[in-house]
Amino acid sequence: MNDTVGIVIVSHSQDIAKGTADMVRQMVGSEVKVAFCGGNPDGGLGTSVSLIMDAINNAWSPKGVAILVDLGGAETNSEMAVEMLQPDRRNLVVVCNAPIVEGAVMAATEAAGGSSLDEVRAVAEELSAS
Amino acid sequence: MSVQPETLKSLVKAAAEQVIASAPELTALDQAIGDGDHGANMKRGFEAVLGKLDSIGAQPLDEALKTIGKTLVMTVGGASGPLYGTFFMAAGDALSQKRGLPEDMAEVFACAVGAVSARGRSQPGEKTMLDVLFPVLETLKAEAGSPDLLDRVRVSASAAVERTAPMQATKGRAAFLGARSVGHVDPGARSSCVLLHAVCDTLEAQQ
Repeated sequence: MNDTVGIVIVSHSQDIAKGTADMVRQMVGSEVKVAFCGGNPDGGLGTSVSLIMDAINNAWSPKGVAILVDLGGAETNSEMAVEMLQPDRRNLVVVCNAPIVEGAVMAATEAAGGSSLDEVRAVAEELSAS
Repeated sequence: MSVQPETLKSLVKAAAEQVIASAPELTALDQAIGDGDHGANMKRGFEAVLGKLDSIGAQPLDEALKTIGKTLVMTVGGASGPLYGTFFMAAGDALSQKRGLPEDMAEVFACAVGAVSARGRSQPGEKTMLDVLFPVLETLKAEAGSPDLLDRVRVSASAAVERTAPMQATKGRAAFLGARSVGHVDPGARSSCVLLHAVCDTLEAQQ
């Protein structure tokens, strides 16, 4: 099997993150690695840098990982998580400026075709352009 | 640069305890214009810092600041985690490269504030913690060496918090509220002020 870009879904709510991942798997299949996380370190609404780092490593692919986030703190914490990865992985992870559900489905669809990280990100971010 | 371990511990303890004590106020401010989690998030982060007090106190100041920053990043759980975490980690990095306090305090503070601004892609005037940090940086520069430095910093920070009330938020969750964010002081500005007061009060008590 050829490597495909991995997808990480980061929501303040674990239910939203899991539901989004379920939709991606149903619509795109299992050829793309999808990981998700939601909730703060106490399990309440929020995001956790360590959980995001775990999700990135679980979805890891040599072609890179695209992250989809919901609201502000999820983006800031995802950027922080990327910077705290081992150095050779940092440049292979992007946080997409895209709506979380549609962006995850579009990014995974593009990834399934074997596209590069830049192409996957561009397709997800087209959703925010209009 | 050397700080006595007991001084470092009392600074960290005071800062953490003051933030934890102000959690209900921070939550109330955040419920007005944010998502209401700032108090709980800061409390969780600084409780984790308190839990490491002995090991932090045993570190050189630059390493201690980095440990505080990483602890906040990993435990706060909201946008304030990376923002405050970046502040302390950048201050530690800057201190590692400088001669040390107090001569370079403004310079170290400037590095930390600049890193927070970059992390949040934000500038002063957008109703954030930067609206306290930048005025305090100016005070540190202008009053360097002054016998009244600690008091000037406290006054500067408190006045800066109040000036966030008429601002309209363009960053963070409060930006969704647009004009409705006007009239409330910013919770991040308030928590920055609490931290700065705790540090100044502790240093003053030790003079």
